[in-house]
Amino acid sequence: MKTEIKKQFRWGLLFFLTPVLLWLILLIVLPQIDLFVMSFRSENDAGEMVWSITNYLNFFHEPIYWLTFVRTATYSILVAFFTFVIALPVAFYITKVVKPRFQGSLTLLLLLPFWVSEMVRVYGWMILLRESGVINHFLLKLGLMTEPIEMLYRDSTMILGLVYTSMLFMVVPLISVLDSLDDSLIEAAYDLGANMWSILFKIIIPHATPGIVSGSIVVFMLTLGNYLTPNLMGGKNSLWFTEQIYNQFIASFNWNQGSAFGFLLLFLSSLVIWIGLKLSRQTLSKVVQ
Amino acid sequence: MDIDLSAQNVTKVFEEFTAVDNVSFEVENGRFFSILGPSGCGKTTLLRMIAGLTEPTKGRIEIRGENMIGISPNKRPVNLIFQHLALFPMMDVGENIAFGLQRRGEGRETIKRKVSAILDSVDLSGFDKKKIEQLSGGQQQRVAIARCLVLEPTVLLLDEPLGALDLKLREQMKVELKKLQAKIGTTFVYITHDQSEAMVMSDYVAVMHNGKFEQIDTPQNLYNKPQTPFVAQFVGDNNIWSGKIRKAEGLSAEIETDDGSVFKTKVDKALKPGLEVNLFLRPEAMVIEPDKCIEDLNRFEVIVKSILFDGANSRLLANPVNANTEILIALPQNRQYDYIQINDKIEIGWNKKSGICFKKNED
Repeated sequence: MKTEIKKQFRWGLLFFLTPVLLWLILLIVLPQIDLFVMSFRSENDAGEMVWSITNYLNFFHEPIYWLTFVRTATYSILVAFFTFVIALPVAFYITKVVKPRFQGSLTLLLLLPFWVSEMVRVYGWMILLRESGVINHFLLKLGLMTEPIEMLYRDSTMILGLVYTSMLFMVVPLISVLDSLDDSLIEAAYDLGANMWSILFKIIIPHATPGIVSGSIVVFMLTLGNYLTPNLMGGKNSLWFTEQIYNQFIASFNWNQGSAFGFLLLFLSSLVIWIGLKLSRQTLSKVVQ
Repeated sequence: MDIDLSAQNVTKVFEEFTAVDNVSFEVENGRFFSILGPSGCGKTTLLRMIAGLTEPTKGRIEIRGENMIGISPNKRPVNLIFQHLALFPMMDVGENIAFGLQRRGEGRETIKRKVSAILDSVDLSGFDKKKIEQLSGGQQQRVAIARCLVLEPTVLLLDEPLGALDLKLREQMKVELKKLQAKIGTTFVYITHDQSEAMVMSDYVAVMHNGKFEQIDTPQNLYNKPQTPFVAQFVGDNNIWSGKIRKAEGLSAEIETDDGSVFKTKVDKALKPGLEVNLFLRPEAMVIEPDKCIEDLNRFEVIVKSILFDGANSRLLANPVNANTEILIALPQNRQYDYIQINDKIEIGWNKKSGICFKKNED
């Protein structure tokens, strides 16, 4: 009797799991394995496909490749930092300053831009910033400038766009972590003689570290893997690593090289996150809670 | 004696709601001063105004003669112990205590010396590397006190810090706090809704009700000579009879209660016959089966409804004959009254000096 129920339960489980398993295996696991295998194959001098690690060595031999990666990673860290600096006051305001009944609607306002696709938002920025765009038009009308300037296709513009795109992923974990901070801790610190800065660095940031780290990881990964924003707002000069991968697959039609880059991106970004976790003395299990 | 803390006409209004209404008081140096009141009476608001976490709508708060209005909490010579202690969980015990000293920019050696000295005086020496969550409730309590005392505040404010402890520990901490305060001599301002805490520890107690101080007095006077009906009811247990003055002669009066008894009692000021009054009588003011020869006693008969055994604090719950009102009578545990059973009819007597009489409120 007991084993029968167990058997039934197993069949039921299998029935419901099948679509998920099919999805995972056919569309994610198998292609990844294929790409992984592909990344270790390249043509030899005779033009035959053989096993080799040339694709990976290329990354280190050609400065343009690894420099692009270093640039991408540095900018992604910078974006995560800027996002944090902007998101912390926002999250603090929503959780500690406003009356509780406005908290929901303010959070909703933050979510609102994310109801439209990233593409539309980036084009919105482009309309604002381009040479014949809204901002230039107004500055010219006001007589502050005599000639329009091109604000697009600069690194700073690209970072602006990336920070804007990833704001929400920093604000949400910060709101949840600051919500759990007891107001009386801040008051106690104030009462014991602390000023605004020591409250920030001794009480708020130590308490919020898990949220800061998890927000930073998400922002860092999303920025590193972002293709659209750097490409549209940074233009040809953006030199984002995802563009290198795109070029290998689409322009050079070198799938082997492209997949090697893909796996390098995965491995190196994981390495950066691991170092970040070690430096902030956090563990992944604590951060993803 | 020097006045450490003085409040003059302090008022706090939160949109239409007056939390603290024109409160004035003074606390002398080295006193243990308590503010006692039911929850929602405005006592926490008053304390937060002294600490500087809330600004009063009106009035002055002075500490050692200096006006504190407009001075932020981190610049005031007062420290507050929060209801839930608000120890910093991200720091260990030593860092918690050193927090205030570091903010003052004191030297590393001085801080170390002061922290270990204060840990000694709260009996927690060697605890400085412990995490907050490793401590028991009573130890956390003492860390919170040490964290404030190490700054040598003029006035230490305590916001019901014993509320979260279990009964046994609370009784123990009451005595410890009192001893600690006597040892260090800092002025304590303690707020609580628990009258036993206030009475046991304090030199002076202010009873607060609806944002106003009803009476500021020693615990003994609050208990024995309440000035308002609220104090009579709130501090300690009291039996209440409502009734009418039948005869009045100077400071003594005869009252006919609504349940038909007639009692003689002293009054604080002359009251006119016919006036509606409330008569308050402590459970321990009543004597069970008094000797027939004692004169000048109000005597009446009651039927025992229930025996509420609680050690030294045991009571009888009884109804006067022919009435439904319930009264509490102290039951001394000297085995003299062991014979009393439920539904027994017993005689009760009380001296007319024990009664307290107030004009009935119109509300």
